[in-house]
Parts: sequence; structure tokens; C-alpha cells
Amino acid sequence: MADVNRGNRPLSPHIQVYRMPIAAITSILTRITGHALVAGILLLVWWLVAAVSSPGAFAVADWVVRSWIGFIVLTGSAWALWYHTLAGIRHLFYDAGIGLEIDQAIKSSWALIIGSVVLTLLTLIIFFVA
Amino acid sequence: MRYITPLKTAEGLGSAHTGTFQHWALTVSACALVLLTPAFLLVVGSAIGLPQEGVIAYFGRPYPALVTALFIIVGMIHFMKGTRVMIDDYFQHTARKVAIIFSVIFGWAVIATAVYALVKMAFVTLVI
Repeated sequence: MADVNRGNRPLSPHIQVYRMPIAAITSILTRITGHALVAGILLLVWWLVAAVSSPGAFAVADWVVRSWIGFIVLTGSAWALWYHTLAGIRHLFYDAGIGLEIDQAIKSSWALIIGSVVLTLLTLIIFFVA
Repeated sequence: MRYITPLKTAEGLGSAHTGTFQHWALTVSACALVLLTPAFLLVVGSAIGLPQEGVIAYFGRPYPALVTALFIIVGMIHFMKGTRVMIDDYFQHTARKVAIIFSVIFGWAVIATAVYALVKMAFVTLVI
């Protein structure tokens, strides 16, 4: 009885060749964006405290914030913040038992990806135009 | 035959002795941050690019100061609870304790620094 149907059983995914479902990718991205936001908050808090330290300290922090490094960190943070916010809202619905079916999770995954990009672009437009 | 009913496993606060407090704290701070996030992005977006006196005067006003303070305080408390979940998932034994201690110290250090800067801006604006 030990080796009945050995060749036809489902295998656990081999993580190096396994293509993760979209719902798994958007789930792990929630944790990654949440932790990556440390970079943006540190940059902004450094900039705030530099403003009350000295003109020299503010000049350095303000240069970094307005440089291309600052642009990449803050734009990345804006996306991470919007993504984490939308994914967090999805988690609140998950906790209430809503949207747990696979087809619903795939749809909400695409909503997270598209929604976070749209909101980031909107943030950049408001920042540079308004 | 077991005489224990399923109620036994659902009663009490479990081995952590705090029940679902960790999860509930994350839920409450998450709801607050849903409201604070758009407000914070608009506030900070308006401040970036101002000269130093402009930044101090801007955050000396009540609304930008309160939104920024609330976002950073609630955000870092949410961060500490969130990293705790990650640490519990991936770290064991001494590494887990070290990581939790580091996360909590880091979180409160960021909160203290931001609050110090905002309070000082409020007083500087008051003097002017």
C-alpha cells in the first residue's frame, strides 16, 4: 500500500521553478512595501529635524530630498504607501470574510497593482502641477 | 474518549496570554492610516521645495503639524506591530528577541525625533 499511485500525486511547489500566482505575489508585496517604507519615513524625518537644526543641516537634507535620489526614494515610497494602503484595505475585507474566493482574489490583486500605479501617478501630477 | 469540547480551544487568551491583541492593534491603526495617508501625502507634498523658514512656518500651523504628527506616531506604532508579525514568522530564539527589541527602539526613536522637530517648529513659529 505504501507506493500506490506514486507518480500521480500533487507535488509541493519547487520554489525555484514555481510561478507564483498573482494573489501570492500581491500578498508578499504587502509585507515588502510595508517594511520598505522605512526608507521614505527616515528621509522625511531627517529632513524635518534638519529644518530645526541649522541652515547647513537643512541645506544637505533638502538637497538630498530634491535630488534624483530623493525623487526615486519619495516616488517609490508614494507607490509603496498607496500599494500598502490598498492591500491593507483588502486585508480588512479578508478579515470580514469577503473576497476570499480565488477568482475574487485574482481580481483584487489586479486592482491593487493598477490602483497603486494610478494613485502614484495622480500624486506626482498633483505634486508637480498644483 | 475525550470529554473536552471544542469550546476549550476557543476560550481564554492562548499561549501568548494577549489573545488577538496584536492583530486588533494592527487593524485599528490600519483604519486610522487609511484616513491619514491621503492627508499626509498632500501636506508633505505642499512642504517639499519650500525654503527653511517656509518649512518651519508651514509645520508651525496646526493642521500640517497634527496630520504629520499623527501619521508618524500611528504609522510607526503600526510599523512596530507589523515588523513583530514578520519577526515572529522568520526569526527564532535570541535573534527574535534582538530583532523585536531593535524594532521597538527604532520605532520610538523615529517618533521622538519627528515630534521634537514638530514641537520646535510650533514654538519657533510662536516666537516669530
